[in-house]
Amino acid sequence: MGMPVQARAAAGVLAALALVTVLVPAFAQLDQSLVNLREAGLPPSLAHPFGTDEVGRDVLIRSIYGLRVSFLVGLVAALVSMVIGGLVGLAAGTLGGLADRLLMRVVDGFNALPHLLFGIFIVAMFAPGAVAVVVSVGVTHWTTAARIVRAEVLSLRARPFVEAAISGGSGRLRVARRHLLPHLLPHLLLATVLMVPHAIWHETALSFLGLGLPPHLASLGNMINDGQRSLLTGAWWSSLVPGLFILVPTLAVAVLAQHWRDRLNPRRRSELNL
Amino acid sequence: MRAAAVMAAWRAAFAVPVLVLVSVGMFALAQASPFDPVRQYLGERAAVTSPEVAEEIRRSWGLDRPLPEQYTAWLGNLLRGELGDSRTFHLPVAQVIAERIGWTLLAVGAALVLMLAASLAVGTYAAWRQGSWIDRLIVGGAYANEAAPVFWLGLLVIWVFAVRLDWLPAGGLTDAAAATVEPGDVLRHMVLPVTVLAISQSSWLVLYVRESVIGTLREDFVIGARARGLRERTVVVWHALRSALLPFLTLLGTRTPELVTGAILVETVFSWPGVAGASVRAALAVDFPLLAALTLLGTAAVLLGNLLADVAYTLADPRVRTLGVA
Repeated sequence: MGMPVQARAAAGVLAALALVTVLVPAFAQLDQSLVNLREAGLPPSLAHPFGTDEVGRDVLIRSIYGLRVSFLVGLVAALVSMVIGGLVGLAAGTLGGLADRLLMRVVDGFNALPHLLFGIFIVAMFAPGAVAVVVSVGVTHWTTAARIVRAEVLSLRARPFVEAAISGGSGRLRVARRHLLPHLLPHLLLATVLMVPHAIWHETALSFLGLGLPPHLASLGNMINDGQRSLLTGAWWSSLVPGLFILVPTLAVAVLAQHWRDRLNPRRRSELNL
Repeated sequence: MRAAAVMAAWRAAFAVPVLVLVSVGMFALAQASPFDPVRQYLGERAAVTSPEVAEEIRRSWGLDRPLPEQYTAWLGNLLRGELGDSRTFHLPVAQVIAERIGWTLLAVGAALVLMLAASLAVGTYAAWRQGSWIDRLIVGGAYANEAAPVFWLGLLVIWVFAVRLDWLPAGGLTDAAAATVEPGDVLRHMVLPVTVLAISQSSWLVLYVRESVIGTLREDFVIGARARGLRERTVVVWHALRSALLPFLTLLGTRTPELVTGAILVETVFSWPGVAGASVRAALAVDFPLLAALTLLGTAAVLLGNLLADVAYTLADPRVRTLGVA
C-alpha cells in the first residue's frame, strides 16, 4: 500500500520548498539592504509574481530568503531544545527514584508556563538577535523531548538486552551510549522534525513583534511586520505572502506527522477514517 | 464538593513554589543580561555623567548589595504591591495593569465563549456528518488554521473586513475622533480581535470534539438510544456530545498558555489596549518592572486556568467526585 494522496502532496510540497530555498539564492542574488523606490509597492505582475514591498524589493525572492533564514534559526532552536530535553529525559529515566520525580516536576512546571511571554522576557533582557531567539525557544521547549526520552528509557530498561548488558557488567555510561542511544535516536529525530515548524513559528512571532532578528534581514516575521502599514492601504501582498511561506510548510509537516501516527496505529486509522 | 476543595487547595499550594521559582529565574536572567538599569535611567546623559555620580545612583538603588539581598528586597516590594514605575507608560506599574487588565479580560472572555460555542457546534456537526465533503472541509480547515500564525490571520482579517469591505475598524478600542468610551463603539472594535483570537484557539477543540463525538456515537448507550427511536438530534446532542465533553475541561485548562500567547499577538496586531499587548511594548523598551510584573501575571493566569479546569472536572464527573482525586 502506498502513501495516501495528502501525505504524498505534503512530501512533494516540502521537497519543492527545499529545492527552491537551495536553488533560488544560488541564481538570484539578494542585496539585503537594496532599496529601489521606482519599483516600490508594485502589485503582483509577471516580473514580480507576488509584487514588491514598500521599498521596491521582490516579495517572492525575499520570502524564499526569509524561509531559509527562518528554517535555519528554527532548526538550530529545535536541536538545542532536543539536546537539553534529551539529556534531562535520559537522566530522569536512568537515575530513577527521587531524581526522576524531581526532574519530571520541573518538566511539568516548565510546560505550564506561557512560552511566548518567557521568550519575550528572555529576548528583551538579552538584546534581540538570532542567538536570543534560539535561546528563548530552546529554553522553553525542551520538555517534549524530555518526556519522550524518559518514557522510552523506562520501557527500554525493562527489555532483556539491556538487562543482559547490565548483568554482563556494563557500566551506566556504556549502557546509555551503546544500548539506549541507538533506540532513542529515531524518536528524537521525529520529535525534532515536529519541533522545527513550532520553532519557526516562534522566530517569526518574535520578529513580527520587533523582538527577533535584525530588521534589515529578510526573515518571514520581519517581512510581515514591515508589510503591516502597506496592508492598510490595500497592498496585501507584502505581508500576507510571507505568511503563506510559514503556513504551507507547517501544514505539510502536520499532514506527514498525521500519516506517520496513523501508520503506527492502524486501529485508529480504520476507526476514524481521518 | 470536598474533593474539589482539597484539590483546589493542593493546586494553590503547588502554585506558590512555581511563582517563586519563576521570579527567581527572571531575577537571575536580568542579572545575567548586559542590561544596566542605571545606564538606562541616565539615557543620553550617560556619556556626560561622571562615574562617581553613576556609582552614587547605583548605591542609592541598592544595586551594590549582594544578590540574595537584592532579590528579597525586590520580592518584598512585589508582595507589598510596590511594583515600581513603568518607563514605557510613565506611570506606576500597578496603575498600568489596573487600567489595562479589564480590556484584556473582556476580549479574552468573549473569545473563550465564542470559541467554546462555535467549536462545539462545528465539531459535533462534523462528527455527525462524518466522511461527507463538509466534514472533510472542516477537518482540513482546522489543520490549515492550526498551521496559520495568529498574527498573520489577524492581518488577513484586517485586510478583508477593514480594508477591502470597510465593515469594521482595523484596530484600537474606540474611533480616533471619539472623546469618550461608548459601549457600541467598543463592541464594533472588539469584533475582529475577539473573532481572530477565538478562531486561532479553536482548531484543536473542533478536532477534539469531532473525534470524541465519533467515538461515543459507537457506544452502546448511543446505539440503545437510537434503537429506542429517539430523534437524531436528541441522540447526538444529549447522549453523544454530553459524555464526550468531560475530558475537554482538563484540556481547556492545559491550553491556557496558548491563550496567553494568542492574547499577546492579537492585542498587538489590533492595538487593543490590554495587558498582553503592553508586555510587548515593555519588552521593546526593556521596561523591566512592567515586563517582570506582566510575566508573573501571565504565569499566575496559567496556574489559575489549570486550577479552574481541575475543579470543574471534579465537580462535573461523578466518578472523580465520589472516588476522590486519582
